[in-house]
Amino acid sequence: MRKIRRWGPGLLLVSPSILLVSVFVYGLIGWNVKVSFSDWRQAQETSGFDTGAYGELFPGDAGQTDDFLRAVGTGDQPDSLSTDPAWIIDLHHALLFTVVFVLGALLMGAFLAFLLDKGVKGEGFFRAVYLFPMAVSFIAAGVVWRWLMNPAPGDRSTGFNLLFDKLGIGFLRNEWYLGLDWGAAALAIPAVWALSGYIMALYLAGFRGVPEELREAARMDGASEWRVYRHVVFPHLRPVTLSALIILGHISIKVFDLIVAIGGKQLITETPAVRMWILIYDARDYAKGAAIATLLLLGISVLVIPYLVYTVRSEREA
Amino acid sequence: MTTVALDHGVKLRRRRRTRAQVVKYLALAFVALVVLLPVYVLLVASFKSGTEADPSRAWALPEVWSLDAWREAWNGEQYGLFPYLKNSLKLVIPATLLSTMLGSLNGFVLSRWRFPGADLVFLFLLFGMFIPYQAVMIPLTQIFLEVDFPEGLPRLVFAHIVYGIPITTLIFRSYYATIPEDLIEAARMDRAGMLRTYWSVVLPVSAPAFVVTAIWQFTSIWNDFLFAVFIVDDPAQWPVTVALNNTTGSFVTPYNVQMAAALLASLPTLIVYILLGRYFMRGLMAGALKG
Amino acid sequence: MFERLRRVRPTVLAAALVAAVAALALPASGLGVEGKSDQACQLSVFSWWTGGGEAAGLTRLIAIWNKAHPTCKFKNETVAGGAGSNAKAVLAKRLAAGNPPDSFQGHAGAELRDYIKAGQLEPVDFIYKQAGFGKAMPASLLNQIKYQGKIYSVPVNIHRANVLWYNPKTLKANGIAVPKSWAQWMTALQKAEDAGLIPLAMGEQWTAKHLLETVMIGALGPKGWAALWTPNSQARWSSKAVTNALNRYNTLLGYTNSDAGSLIWQDAGKLVADGKAAFNVMGDWQDGYFSGTKKGGNLALKPGTGYGWAPVPGTDNVYDWLSDSFTLPKGADHRAQAVQWLTFLGSRLAQDTFNPVKGSIPARKDANAKLYGPYLKSALKDWKSDALAGSLTHGVVASNAWNADIDTALGLFLQTKNVGRFQTALVAAAKKNS
Repeated sequence: MRKIRRWGPGLLLVSPSILLVSVFVYGLIGWNVKVSFSDWRQAQETSGFDTGAYGELFPGDAGQTDDFLRAVGTGDQPDSLSTDPAWIIDLHHALLFTVVFVLGALLMGAFLAFLLDKGVKGEGFFRAVYLFPMAVSFIAAGVVWRWLMNPAPGDRSTGFNLLFDKLGIGFLRNEWYLGLDWGAAALAIPAVWALSGYIMALYLAGFRGVPEELREAARMDGASEWRVYRHVVFPHLRPVTLSALIILGHISIKVFDLIVAIGGKQLITETPAVRMWILIYDARDYAKGAAIATLLLLGISVLVIPYLVYTVRSEREA
Repeated sequence: MTTVALDHGVKLRRRRRTRAQVVKYLALAFVALVVLLPVYVLLVASFKSGTEADPSRAWALPEVWSLDAWREAWNGEQYGLFPYLKNSLKLVIPATLLSTMLGSLNGFVLSRWRFPGADLVFLFLLFGMFIPYQAVMIPLTQIFLEVDFPEGLPRLVFAHIVYGIPITTLIFRSYYATIPEDLIEAARMDRAGMLRTYWSVVLPVSAPAFVVTAIWQFTSIWNDFLFAVFIVDDPAQWPVTVALNNTTGSFVTPYNVQMAAALLASLPTLIVYILLGRYFMRGLMAGALKG
Repeated sequence: MFERLRRVRPTVLAAALVAAVAALALPASGLGVEGKSDQACQLSVFSWWTGGGEAAGLTRLIAIWNKAHPTCKFKNETVAGGAGSNAKAVLAKRLAAGNPPDSFQGHAGAELRDYIKAGQLEPVDFIYKQAGFGKAMPASLLNQIKYQGKIYSVPVNIHRANVLWYNPKTLKANGIAVPKSWAQWMTALQKAEDAGLIPLAMGEQWTAKHLLETVMIGALGPKGWAALWTPNSQARWSSKAVTNALNRYNTLLGYTNSDAGSLIWQDAGKLVADGKAAFNVMGDWQDGYFSGTKKGGNLALKPGTGYGWAPVPGTDNVYDWLSDSFTLPKGADHRAQAVQWLTFLGSRLAQDTFNPVKGSIPARKDANAKLYGPYLKSALKDWKSDALAGSLTHGVVASNAWNADIDTALGLFLQTKNVGRFQTALVAAAKKNS
């Protein structure tokens, strides 16, 4: 009985959150899954059971739609994962974007926090400068970065290409987000710009959460400053890194307005998140939009949940 | 003899340290410069008039410095942001305060006042971060309608609180995990209940986490467009981001007005960063109490 | 402050927190929410006219309305973004949730078909009868927007999509004549390329689709074009005529700028105005951009000297039209006002007030030409005599779903330039959607 009195209040305190999340997250996910298995393909809501939407994203018999998608196939894309080549392109873009964005923001943020950790004159100023990009809404940042990443050739060059030329590093010129292979990486740059400051703040809080005596003790033992960092500070940063990865990851999967602000709604910059929007609100293909949402969540679950479980468990053991 | 040698060593170490400092400053300054390049372009474009604000002249300073775009962005008939600032404030302040509080309580319980299955509950809440909002706008608004939730801003505040639960809980939980166990134990020995422990032990050292969470929530709620445009039907109640988006005319986009509006819209958030940044410092001093 | 609060029992504080949350959930008086004005006269009109001439034109209409209906509040609900894509999304949500505006803007034609099929619109033939719109608007137009014999919207304006824009000074300086046929255009484009100009300025993907439709209309003619959009038209899509059209399109793409994907439509037009490109194909809102005031972000050029226009070569005497129109949603809260609004919109007064400012011509046949600028005057003339072809890109001939499939096919074609595959994809799209 005492045990319940011990943890009962805790459970009670978080129960409203559990309830709200159950309804507004899992309930709506359930709605999505239901719609993805329906035949609601246009404005009129219908509720028959139909796997047609999935059929277009995976090989299978979806009749006429299959013909269309196979017809559109470029032949360069592997057919095994899907009959919808635009879907494959979307996935490539999302993957490249995620890797560049997450790694970029993580490394940049950690690096900046490392520089600021020991305290520098004007730290407040630097902090505000690095944080400012996050204050600019994605829609507006998108427009500016579209200007900066302008791929115009020759004497119409502007933006960074022009700057590179003027600074004598013209070899850095490139097509930015219009590049067929690396375009998605270019899209990640504004996202890194926007989020590095925040990751820096997270790491800074983490760095400074390390009790000074621990650092002192290590120094007394003759450890160099670098060793102090490696063996005393960095281990303390695991929970921060977890938070950072999750924050960056969840943005990367859902980001939509930044991409549309830079690249518009074109295949060359399309990601599943953008496609979802187009399907649901422009084409009114609710089942397919819901199918993409469901697949995304599935993919996230497969990738993220084991990682989360592992980290949470190892935290406990620490 | 030895004093000279010592002196030398100290001077060497000092020189090495100053060199390191210089390198550090250079690095910080360089990064700051790069980070501010887009801001420069935004600023410069906002002071241009008419079609001078054009992608082909992104770097050029304005030929004629003009406040027209700013005037239009602030109070203009077509694009003025001012009337909507009130709405944004009414939205952001309660939503940030409440979601941060909620996150703090959740984070505390899930890390330091655990119960069987606490980790599961944490994962359960955390997964909510990954839901793609564009896919659930329609059923979300249907729920609001069915329950006859008060229209307009209250719905928006509610939505932001609910969808803010995962991330605020995440940040606080990982922060509270670093509180030394003996402090909690000590409170328990004093027969302090859950809320008292929270109040007297955990809350006082939470400042950095509050700052970091508040910064996040303020920013995402202030800059949110998706929820705002879908949940709030009445244009009079729209927050600033919807008005900002409306500076993109459906045909011609007046770039200078758009950029002035973007800068205006980002100012409150910047002010929040600067203000909270000070508490950040203070909180860090208090954090030393943990030791 | 913390010190004093420390003495307050935590439980009391918790209760206060809960109370705060509860207070928030109650119908808020302090949050400035207007109570739903029930039977008060009101008219909520939903559109995406948030800027420039269109917003100005709408403002004028609202002024007239407010004068005529001083007790009836006009609620102007506009959402910006990409030719209405954000607005359409919000609209979709509102309609799905059973909370429609009293009237909303939509492109006349197939784009409204989704709403019609979903039973979300009321037919407005009775308004046409009462107000005599049937006689005032061209029969060919009305036929093209009927669905199963009924009309579901009132067109306010007409825009033309198949317009070729050029800079007379640039052409003169390089000895290029304004092309009147496909062959002449090829020559002109080659001359431009040799002179170091961008032969044809193009923007992001949707403008490529816009270009495609003008090429196809030119190659197939209005009748051939219309036939592509009839039920079960896949056979027509696989015809040699379409192959020919797509090949022409492919050739044309070879003359466009490599950075097209990074330009919005007005940026592409500016290339022509600045003398960097020879030609641009765009709808006649380009005229508004070229000749409008600098304050509004336009170029303030003189029509005829700063810029010139002609029908896209091959589409002489064809009007590739699109139209902004307003609808009567089912279950509108203020139906009577909505009907009044629609009746007003179809009137000569409304259309001649709105269109000169907006930069389009009225749907009615009896416009007062004196009110319109030089380009629009010529458009009015053409509108009277040209054959009509409905726009693809702007929702006349194909539904949203069909358009989305064509977008996918086009996006891939722009990367692969494989005409055969493109055509097969278009055939399949027709099979799926027609």
